[in-house]
Amino acid sequence: MALLEIRNLHATVEGEEILKGINLSLNTGEVHAIMGPNGSGKSTLAKVIAGDPGYEVTGGEVLLDGKDILEMEPEERAREGMFLGFQYPVEIPGVSNTYFLKAAANAIRKHRGEPEVDAAQFLKHVRERMELVQMDESLLKRPVNAGFSGGEKKRNEIFQMAVLEPRLAILDETDSGLDIDALRTVSHGVNALRSDDRGFLLITHYQRLLNYIVPDTVHVMVDGRIVKSGGKELAEELEASGYAMFEEGTAA
Amino acid sequence: MSASNETIEQVTRKGYEYGFVTDIEQEYAPPGLNEDIVRFISAKKEEPEWMLEWRLEAYRGWLEMEHPDWQKVRFPPVDFQAISYYAAPKAKPKSLDEVDPKLLETYEKLGIPMHEREALLGVERPEEEKPEVAVDAVFDSVSVGTTYQAKLKEQGIIFCSMSEAVRDHPELVKKYLGTVVPRKDNFFAALNSAVFSDGSFVYIPKGVKCPMELSTYFRINANHTGQFERTLIIAEEGASVSYLEGCTAPMRDENQLHAAVVELIALDDADIKYSTVQNWYPGDENGVGGIYNFVTKRGLCAGKRSKIAWTQVETGSAITWKYPSCVLKGDDSVGEFYSVAVTRNRQQADTGTKMIHMGKNTKSTIVAKGISAGEADQTYRGLVRVNPTASGARNYSQCDSMLIGDKCGAHTFPYIDIQHPSAQLEHEATTSKISDEQMFYCQQRGIGTEEAVSLIVNGFCKDVFKTLPMEFAVEAQKLLEVTLEDSVG
Ligand SMILES: Nc1ncnc2c1ncn2[C@@H]1O[C@H](COP(=O)(O)OP(=O)(O)OP(=O)(O)O)[C@@H](O)[C@H]1O
Ligand SMILES: [Mg+2]
Repeated sequence: MALLEIRNLHATVEGEEILKGINLSLNTGEVHAIMGPNGSGKSTLAKVIAGDPGYEVTGGEVLLDGKDILEMEPEERAREGMFLGFQYPVEIPGVSNTYFLKAAANAIRKHRGEPEVDAAQFLKHVRERMELVQMDESLLKRPVNAGFSGGEKKRNEIFQMAVLEPRLAILDETDSGLDIDALRTVSHGVNALRSDDRGFLLITHYQRLLNYIVPDTVHVMVDGRIVKSGGKELAEELEASGYAMFEEGTAA
Repeated sequence: MSASNETIEQVTRKGYEYGFVTDIEQEYAPPGLNEDIVRFISAKKEEPEWMLEWRLEAYRGWLEMEHPDWQKVRFPPVDFQAISYYAAPKAKPKSLDEVDPKLLETYEKLGIPMHEREALLGVERPEEEKPEVAVDAVFDSVSVGTTYQAKLKEQGIIFCSMSEAVRDHPELVKKYLGTVVPRKDNFFAALNSAVFSDGSFVYIPKGVKCPMELSTYFRINANHTGQFERTLIIAEEGASVSYLEGCTAPMRDENQLHAAVVELIALDDADIKYSTVQNWYPGDENGVGGIYNFVTKRGLCAGKRSKIAWTQVETGSAITWKYPSCVLKGDDSVGEFYSVAVTRNRQQADTGTKMIHMGKNTKSTIVAKGISAGEADQTYRGLVRVNPTASGARNYSQCDSMLIGDKCGAHTFPYIDIQHPSAQLEHEATTSKISDEQMFYCQQRGIGTEEAVSLIVNGFCKDVFKTLPMEFAVEAQKLLEVTLEDSVG
């Protein structure tokens, strides 16, 4: 059974159809990448999977571990092991990163019938994860994303993922805005978390990321549809030729 | 409707946790206000003649004053003749051990410690154990007991009810009462001066740092009454004290009046921190019942380098109308005001502060956070005045409003009156909403909508909560959570 199974997914925002029948199947242990031109619907797909109430699903199914999640609240999906690294992480003034993460971890644990985290143990875990993605300690105490630089926000998303250890992580352009060293450490963090019972869906514009995190499958998304899927060499092709041929294809 | 709006719809439907009534035999003054009632109250308290005269003078002044109408809150006229100005439990205990168990139970139910913890000499305290807090418990018109008095007295600290202070320390009361808030300062201050019942009196002698938090818990229990307490805190040269007041009342359909006066006096190098967690009954969702909280609070930084800080967390009352103020008379004195006000349903609040700079190089800071939900309306009103004598005065003001839902309102009225060219003022104001993006971000991390709202609001109030003493910060945070509970659609 696939970890994530998307069947003929349609979604609209403010009456306009953005996702026009997406099919995708991702197994545990796999890393898939989605590439595609600006505005093709990549972030929309990510947010629809995560349950953003701003989008309306007009058809199709999304299964996580075989369970239909479209009726679930976003927090339920998260507690079931889904994580979305946002393209534009939002700021929450006054709420420290640690406090926020603890609230998240406890909500997830409660869902699983586990007791609240032990403060000391949690801190230890957080520190380990901080080292994994080489995040600066000072960012821990600062309010969630408030005043973070673009790159710091992205790194914070990966850090949160590392702390929460989701089953399925969807990372929306987490590589954009990272400097070369940061890209390397963040990739290293993702690779360290790769495992047989976890899956990743990476949304990216750059083939470079895929040199560090080697995907099993690459999908090309154009105008709300996946127009081609293939191995990692597909990303290299795209880098060379761009999306023009696909766009023509869909227009025809 | 957006997700956060739905969330908030529910925020506004939470019940009040402290709405119970204590069934206890009470005695009352007959309703109405006249000179005989003033005499009655004074006699009940066995006051000396000078105190009675002081009250009568205030009463005569009040008769000539008009009910103010400049505030941005709306309510039907209060019938001052329908209120009983004195209500007290019949039994008069001489010590804490004799206090009616029902009363002690009441405070226990409210989570207020009325037992002095035994000192564990030489024994290390477990971390979760709460530090000592001395409590004065005021039930309707009287103080029913004050803890840790003996221990405080060892250092010359006086912590007692106002009635006791009039009796046992008349020289101090005479010297300071009404010096910061004169009897005829305003309509409600005059009313309070005429009929004030109990409240707390604190005196910290020269050079003494008060070793524990002092606190007063005000409880309105009787109906058709008002509570008119009076608090006076004096910190002598180099003294320091942190004081907290808390307030609750039963749920009733009538509106009850709470018109208090608080005066603080800080001499040279003295430091007073006054924190309020106000949770009077706010009325129901249709705006029926609730406390009218009309309070005059003012601190005088009389001495050089003295400091007064007000922190208030206002979640209750049908109407809150108060401006804790600092008169910065001593050179280099410092005034601070930190406020969180939450209004929901039909609650109204017009609150803020006044910073009056008189001495040289005086400094003031204002941080006000207003949160409005439901159909509530809130106003921040603040005055910063720099007198011609106040060279080098500085003020920083920050007023932030957060609107939850789209039926509530927030208004900011900063008044500035500068009479010295060297004054430096900085003012920042923001209005924000909990965005759908913030809600979704929290939810995506597994945090439910209700918790998300409380998390975001708590974050918004952080700058104020961090000025509260540790335990009270936790209390305040919990209170906010409870106030904003049930908000999820
Ligand atoms: N909330 C919204 N309101 C209106 N239009 C929207 C909204 N969200 C997405 N869209 C539109 O849907 C289309 C797809 O947007 P989406 O953000 O999914 O693209 P993307 O593939 O992630 O692009 P990029 O590579 O630039 O991040 C765009 O045309 C966008 O303007
Ligand atoms: Mg995008």
